[in-house]
Amino acid sequence: MAMKIGTGEFKERIEKGIHNSFMRGAVAGAQERLRTRRLEAAKELGNWEEWRALGEEIRKHTLENLDYYLWQLSENVAKRGGHVFFAQTAEEANEYIRDVVVKKNAKKIVKSKSMVTEEIHLNPVLEAAGCEVIETDLGEYILQIDDHDPPSHIVAPALHKNKEQIRDVFKAKLDYKKTEKPEELALHARHTLRQAYLTADVGITGCNFAIAESGSITLVTNEGNADLVTALPKTQITVMGMERIVPTFEEMEVLVSLLTRSAVGQKLTSYITVLTGPRNQGEVDGPEEFHLVIVDNGRANILGTEFQSVLQCIRCAACVNVCPVYRHIGGHSYGSIYSGPIGAVLSPLLGGYDDYKELPYASTLCAACTEACPVKIPLHDLLHKHRQAIVEREGKAPISERLAMKAFGLGAASSAIYKLGSKMAPSAMNPFTVNNRISNGPGPLKAWTEIREFPAPGKERFRDWFHNRQKGDHQS
Amino acid sequence: MTAGIIHHRDKFLQTIAKKLGREQRTTGVTRPRWKHLPQWSVFKGYSQEDLVEAFKSQCSRIHTDVVETTTDQLAATLKQVVAGYGGGPVVTWDDPRFAEYGLSPLLHEEWPSEKIDVHVWNASIGQKNIEFAEKANVGITFSDITLAESGTVVLFSSGGKGRTVSFLPQTYVAIVPKSTIVPRMTQAAVFIHKQIEKGEQIPSCINFITGPSNSADIEMNLVVGVHGPIKATYIIVKDR
Repeated sequence: MAMKIGTGEFKERIEKGIHNSFMRGAVAGAQERLRTRRLEAAKELGNWEEWRALGEEIRKHTLENLDYYLWQLSENVAKRGGHVFFAQTAEEANEYIRDVVVKKNAKKIVKSKSMVTEEIHLNPVLEAAGCEVIETDLGEYILQIDDHDPPSHIVAPALHKNKEQIRDVFKAKLDYKKTEKPEELALHARHTLRQAYLTADVGITGCNFAIAESGSITLVTNEGNADLVTALPKTQITVMGMERIVPTFEEMEVLVSLLTRSAVGQKLTSYITVLTGPRNQGEVDGPEEFHLVIVDNGRANILGTEFQSVLQCIRCAACVNVCPVYRHIGGHSYGSIYSGPIGAVLSPLLGGYDDYKELPYASTLCAACTEACPVKIPLHDLLHKHRQAIVEREGKAPISERLAMKAFGLGAASSAIYKLGSKMAPSAMNPFTVNNRISNGPGPLKAWTEIREFPAPGKERFRDWFHNRQKGDHQS
Repeated sequence: MTAGIIHHRDKFLQTIAKKLGREQRTTGVTRPRWKHLPQWSVFKGYSQEDLVEAFKSQCSRIHTDVVETTTDQLAATLKQVVAGYGGGPVVTWDDPRFAEYGLSPLLHEEWPSEKIDVHVWNASIGQKNIEFAEKANVGITFSDITLAESGTVVLFSSGGKGRTVSFLPQTYVAIVPKSTIVPRMTQAAVFIHKQIEKGEQIPSCINFITGPSNSADIEMNLVVGVHGPIKATYIIVKDR
């Protein structure tokens, strides 16, 4: 599956994440900051719940009429001279884009950050066609020059790297001689990338929101890279997941307001750009040719199911920024470009349970994600539904859970065995217990205690304690 | 304009309709009246003066300098701001408002006489505009609509109003007539939506620009000035 990152098993990936102490610190810090900024931005509005309700209503209506709005969008793009390609699979999308690029005899391509092009694995296809592909979002650029290190956060892709590591990558891969100061690193990237924009043949972007009524696409950045990617090369190709659409400018505005606040706590990011077709006659900058590629790649199969609401997502990562599990294991552990709670719901739907059956279990079902979501996707409910589907329909519960449940099933099957088991627990666990904590547990406890301690079983069972307490009550 | 080509639409949309459990729709869908409209309560009842104050206060949060002036003083103010950024080369839109606001002598006489290169966007010389903008120290445009809540200038592109004037130069100056200030993005969106409803052609590029370019991609440290301008100033013209 193209959206897959890394090769190790889920457990190995987690282990790697948990032992990367810089990454864990960086993730915790970033979560804290982004979460606080989001809450402040919401508080400043005063009626955030109304905004969320509106966001949800818009997204639900749009999904329920998705065929209509995509029809309208494509008509309007074509009216303005743009070409539209509907791609049911990643392969179809990549093939079309490669054909356009080859026909243009393009050698250099600049890209602005796009999750969907990561999902369909576009870059290798273009590179195989002999093109140099340059990511222009600073975070994506850092990852790209570091031998295509995968992104670990939807909004801040290079979050897992510290500035010293970035400096070393710049020194190894670019002609960089300065320090690890972020300003110096960014300035160097500015100069290098400026030349790339000016000499590229094709610019490729993602799409935050397409606008059906006008055939426009909306791009949201702080760096302004999407603007140069679309203003300078002669050909522009925009790739969008088919659900990333709104009816009119009025809804685009509301969702952008929700997106920028939820993602980074800003009222608006520095650059929100709405592009309609190629440049008009008599204009100097902007592309001569515009292609919009609308990608299904498994999304239609989600429509009409109990998971439909996941397509409401506007990719703000607010859920990622509050997730206690993401905080500890980091983005790479999810094995998908979509990490955090949204990734745990979406990856199994797009990539299948064979690869992603563990992800719905990478959650405490604490519902912080659901509460944070600006378009009210019931994320923790959907995670729970996945677990039900995995167990009931697929019979594919992860092995560790299967064993634990089997053991519990045996132990709890008769009250005599259960009583014996709970009575024996303190002494059975004794060899593993230090100061009333188990830090190196056996069997099913192993996975848990590798990460943290587990309280040792009480010397007195709850049943006994309750029994004694009741006796005590009678006495008084 | 030649219409573009649409590939593989029918099967794609039919699949969607089928999954939604109904026939495909190409007409007959109207937007519902949304139950909540919180966007209209932002700065409700604010006077134009109130909006100016809100706009200024937001600018302090987006690394953008604000200068207030009048039409009479605009040329002098602009000259000062550009000097503060280290002078030319300067690139501007070809926009009748520069003449209306009395800036022609500055652009065409004063600055050239002081050996400050000025390039006014000129579509007929094509690519040379971009070469000039790329080397320019300051890019200057007017704001078409201005958003108080977010501190945003909205730019509508056209033949004379090149997209890259606000992106390629080292620094960016936007002239903001007070009358262009509205509460928030909502009002700008409605303005554009109405144009579309009337069948008018909207600009090929609409920029909502909020301060200079920035990034927090390295250890969440904010770096101001990444791909676009490193610094930005808004000049509010109080009497227009």
